[in-house]
Amino acid sequence: MGSYIPSTAEERQRMLEAIGLSSTEELYRDVPASARLKVLDIPEGMSEMEAAQAVGALADKNRRYRAIFRGAGAYDHYIPAIVKTVTSKEEFVTAYTPYQAEISQGVLQSIFEYQTQICELTGMDVSNASVYDGAVAAAEAVMMCQEHKRSGVVLPDTVDPQVLGVVRTYCESRSVPVTVLPTTGYALDADALKAALADNVACVYAQSPNFYGVLEDMDAITAIAHEAGAKVIMAANPISLGLLKTPGEYGADIAVGEGQPLGMPLSFGGPYLGFMACKAAMMRKLPGRIVGETVDKEGRRCFVLTLQAREQHIRREKASSNICSNEALCAMTASVYLAAMGPAGLKRAAENSAAHAHCLAGLLNAIPGFELKTAKPFFHEFVTACPVPPETLQKRLDDEGMLGGLPLDDGILWCCTEKNTRGQIERLAEICREVSRK
Amino acid sequence: MKLLFERSRTGRGQSLIPACDVPAVSFDPSLLRAEAPRLPEISEVDLGRHYTELAKQTHGVNDGFYPLGSCTMKYNPRIDEEMAALPGFTGIHPLQGEDTAQGCLEVLFRLEKLLCEITGMDGMTFQPAAGAHGEYTGLLLIRRYHQARGDAARTKILVPDSAHGTNPASAVMAGFSVVSIPSNAQGGVDLDALRAAVGPDTAGLMLTNPNTVGLFDPNILEITEIVHRAGGLCYYDGANLNAIMGHVRPGDMGFDCVHLNLHKTFSTPHGGGGPGSGPVGCKAFLEEYLPEPRIREENGAYRFCTPAHTMGRVRSFWGNFLVAVRALTYILTLGREGIPEASAGAVLNANYLMNKLKDSYDMSFDTICMHEFVMTLERLKHETGVSAMDVAKRLLDFGMHPPTMYFPLIVHEALMVEPTETESPETLDEAASVFLGILEEARTDPESLHSAPHSCPIGRPDEVTAARSPVLRYKFAQ
Repeated sequence: MGSYIPSTAEERQRMLEAIGLSSTEELYRDVPASARLKVLDIPEGMSEMEAAQAVGALADKNRRYRAIFRGAGAYDHYIPAIVKTVTSKEEFVTAYTPYQAEISQGVLQSIFEYQTQICELTGMDVSNASVYDGAVAAAEAVMMCQEHKRSGVVLPDTVDPQVLGVVRTYCESRSVPVTVLPTTGYALDADALKAALADNVACVYAQSPNFYGVLEDMDAITAIAHEAGAKVIMAANPISLGLLKTPGEYGADIAVGEGQPLGMPLSFGGPYLGFMACKAAMMRKLPGRIVGETVDKEGRRCFVLTLQAREQHIRREKASSNICSNEALCAMTASVYLAAMGPAGLKRAAENSAAHAHCLAGLLNAIPGFELKTAKPFFHEFVTACPVPPETLQKRLDDEGMLGGLPLDDGILWCCTEKNTRGQIERLAEICREVSRK
Repeated sequence: MKLLFERSRTGRGQSLIPACDVPAVSFDPSLLRAEAPRLPEISEVDLGRHYTELAKQTHGVNDGFYPLGSCTMKYNPRIDEEMAALPGFTGIHPLQGEDTAQGCLEVLFRLEKLLCEITGMDGMTFQPAAGAHGEYTGLLLIRRYHQARGDAARTKILVPDSAHGTNPASAVMAGFSVVSIPSNAQGGVDLDALRAAVGPDTAGLMLTNPNTVGLFDPNILEITEIVHRAGGLCYYDGANLNAIMGHVRPGDMGFDCVHLNLHKTFSTPHGGGGPGSGPVGCKAFLEEYLPEPRIREENGAYRFCTPAHTMGRVRSFWGNFLVAVRALTYILTLGREGIPEASAGAVLNANYLMNKLKDSYDMSFDTICMHEFVMTLERLKHETGVSAMDVAKRLLDFGMHPPTMYFPLIVHEALMVEPTETESPETLDEAASVFLGILEEARTDPESLHSAPHSCPIGRPDEVTAARSPVLRYKFAQ
């Protein structure tokens, strides 16, 4: 047992005496006796070695797959060695939110660099310092668009279902109407959107590549939404933005997304990173921390948390959001990742992910029962049929150390990244062929 | 200091990803971005040095004393980091089958049980990613509860005027309006004001106890009873749990739900402002409204399940899982004896330091405090012109992170000091002499305080210009 208290029992007794007390109990004299806890019913403390063994044993209970062909919101990309080295530096790990700019320039500058990179990636003017994850980024973006005379969000059912869940939760509590457009063919139909847009809808939210990997017709979506006076929120996979057209180029007003692919391991779902960027006109509605450049008295360039008049510690119940902590270390992770990859490296990760996915799609499509569900353009995810119960297929893949695609109601959602080798892809297709023959 | 973009030279970089081993895809040109993002092109050595330089301009807990009130900047044990970095956790896909992620589910299940025992709650969710996110989730529980009972009139959340700004902000996000409850002369909840405020429109009360002036409200049982009698629920803001864990539980004080800050009380690092974790616990009668999914044990196996009347999701997947791994390691290490010892140590350290300062600095309340105390520099400012801000900035010159400034709002020229239990008496003695030295300086040489800090990489930044003419990203030369 250890509580990381440096002082010895004798020292603590002397400290008690120094403040005129004789026992620890007296420190809690304001606690009503009837509420005092008699015994804390948890196990005795462990030595570091025992704790390491106990927690290590839990890690050992998980199955680690050698090859992962599953995405659906969490992606297994290569993480350059320097990313972990930089983000393990104790100064960054153990610091608090950079309130004291004079001793926090490191964190502040890294967030400023992150904001710049997110703007470059998304084609937007302003980025915040991050929010909890891509789903919360989506929900906060919907809130940004709500105005006195315009409310509600329209979104297709091709968005990530977990994102939809979070958007629903946030909207329900603020009485913001949510309209989910059903789709056929794994992408939003522009005419259906046109028909669904009343003239007082605040925003349209669309994800491209969408949950099924398909690239939505964002030109049509933005045109229709803007014509109806609604804002457009576009969610994008940040790796895809090394290659594909940006939310800014499509004319979206806000870009959001899950930043996990930018150097964060899968980690059973977190910590991840929600990125949020917008056009300059919406800057003061952006929630969360934002870092700005300024100068000190000597005219030296420096960085501070800024536009704080939006925030909860100043505005209290009138704040644009309650968010205070963001995911600073994850934002730094993304920033180091993007700097290490550079424009060419990021593009290559995007191209190789897409190439691997298209290679796998081609091989599967040729296997009876594994046909592609749609011919629409996709990035690195796609849906095929599955001729057997997906669990049967996964059982077979388990033997190979492979995690197959995510089972859906009508098939399987596959994903490839640059990490999946040609050999793995061909082996996976071989197994699918075997399974389809049985 | 140069920015990443100013270190960039065209063509530089490290080979990280191999050439593609399958045919390339040719996307329709209309789907491609017109220009490459202007990400830095930088050699690995320069990249490494860049961040080493940034690290030198960052003060973390491991750089020195960090008595930032309300933030519980305790030491972050290395073993916790090591456990969170195990490939058996980091390499697990959140959507791989339950059977293949039993270790992860068990981490969450065991941590839930331990934290429920520590807080006196019956069920918990790990979906909220931070304290404010937890507040929002806890308030949605309250909202769902009243809705389920068809009690639509309960639209108001009571919040003491000493509360953190997130409380009212979260209440509004959760669809409530906010009623501010004044504090009494002892810094606690004014009972008469509370009695006058509760009624059929009361959805609940949000309370931090010990409160933001660092005092345990001795009327706590009466407070929660007043709210309950009026039909409201009581929400415990766990920001200050580090004072009392193992000694008294929110559940035994009459609270119905609670959020914890694993990044405060349970020693997971703050990361320069996240990732944190803000799990929400509740009594059994609220469990059915918790976010989905929850985890249950079934014949020695762990399974996801959906609560009957779940509020839905507040985040994707299962929350900031690796933060939970750290907190579990921490609690297993401290255990039954270590948890109450840690909180008692935090309270002792705060009182020890306060005692050394109270003859020189005005305390907002001169009594035994909990894990933190609040000084008011109002008189000092009146007498010398030196403000709480000036004192805070001068502390930087001594390698110390300043206390929280100008909070809580009910104390003027406030400095809120929270030493935590992981500081030695020598550190506290040194901090006390720095504080006393600065006070002396305020009387003899106030100018040196107005112009502090003197030894940091930068002086005080011009925050007004930063907000008036925002520069929020690097502007590339055309």
